[in-house]
Amino acid sequence: MQTQHSYWLAFKSVYAKDVTLAFRQRAEIVNPLLFFLIVITLFPLAIGPEPALLTRMAPGIIWVAALLSTMLGLDKLFRDDYNDGSLEQLIASPYPLSLSVLAKVAAHWTVSGLPMVVLAPLFALLMNLESQSLNATVLTLLIGTPLLSFIGAIGAGLTVALQKGGILMSLLVLPLYIPVLIFATSAIDTSSMSLAYGGQLAILGAMLAVAIVAAPIAISSALRVSVS
Amino acid sequence: MLEIDAVTCTKQDRCLFDSLSFTLHAGQIMQIEGPNGAGKTSLLRIIAGFARADEGQIRYNSTDIRDDYDSFAADLLFIGHKTGVNQQLSAYENVQHWLMVHGAQADEEEVYTLLAKLGLIGLEDVPVRTLSAGQQRRVALVRLWLNQAKLWVLDEPFTALDKKGVAMLQTQFQSHLDKGGAILLTTHQDLTAHFAQLQTLALEYRL
Repeated sequence: MQTQHSYWLAFKSVYAKDVTLAFRQRAEIVNPLLFFLIVITLFPLAIGPEPALLTRMAPGIIWVAALLSTMLGLDKLFRDDYNDGSLEQLIASPYPLSLSVLAKVAAHWTVSGLPMVVLAPLFALLMNLESQSLNATVLTLLIGTPLLSFIGAIGAGLTVALQKGGILMSLLVLPLYIPVLIFATSAIDTSSMSLAYGGQLAILGAMLAVAIVAAPIAISSALRVSVS
Repeated sequence: MLEIDAVTCTKQDRCLFDSLSFTLHAGQIMQIEGPNGAGKTSLLRIIAGFARADEGQIRYNSTDIRDDYDSFAADLLFIGHKTGVNQQLSAYENVQHWLMVHGAQADEEEVYTLLAKLGLIGLEDVPVRTLSAGQQRRVALVRLWLNQAKLWVLDEPFTALDKKGVAMLQTQFQSHLDKGGAILLTTHQDLTAHFAQLQTLALEYRL
């Protein structure tokens, strides 16, 4: 055995563990996507398949569905590690907890956010979204879904020690998603009027930049409180 | 090496221990005894830095562990009731993952040899959830052979282990002590091996 300190190896190991586990239990990846799809298909059924109406509502529906399906995987993000003691091992490791947390959030996004970004054009088609809005939808999801994972992980960290933390976490986290929702849907709306939507994207990007730096610190403090 | 200075812990209005002080030097092993609910696990979790003491300080090499937790963690090996072994991964994957997040590397052969030594031969690549309780614990205890931590904090390490496993563990304790390490453990069983530097701390159940 050799000691070799490498932040990158530790990051990669935590990331690979979570992604491997998700692929072994494929339902974890597929179910949120199916949920996303079903929520989106419910709307035309409920409000009528009028193309003009759907086009108007599409950005909002896609984004609300994305919010809700991100929530599905969040409860499990730290739950297993908390229950089996892996979280304690991560705390008692020579690496900062925020590094492991960053890897875990990245893994969560890879299995929950990224498939949504990839499948977004298909869902946009279901909602009769105009082609000029398609780019905006994919871009907002690309910048916005990692943001959802970061914000959600703070709630997941705070509630991991509670027996039935799922609902409480949703109540904590959903209000924090409002700014993301506002700027993302506004970007898609603007693009449907063929206007420049760079401003909204820039704000989302700025929020993501802050989240990458600050959220791992907040999440690791939340986890320390939960573990103690 | 490790100084516990006037540590007090209160849980649900019950004082578990108050102004508890002791010192653990390199090469020493300390066994914490006491009935269920006496606060053994709470004490170990405070020493490992997971929980905060209501009062008092834990010093490692004369520095408060809260001031420089990461370097304390580099010298600490903690195995608790919850061992940190993932049920879905195999024994081999668990060991490799643990090594990576603790800044160590071991080649495949070394890990397989160790797993075989601990009686997990042929079980290295099946998900840990299919193993028995004792075998799952052995997967966690492989860490005792694969670390360079100076301080071992072990909460009930002998749980679910058979007699042979207990003996093997104590041999490993002795070799750790010989290398200048220190061990702090809780157990309800008496240690069967003889340790020259054994100290015992008895916690009593307080009302």
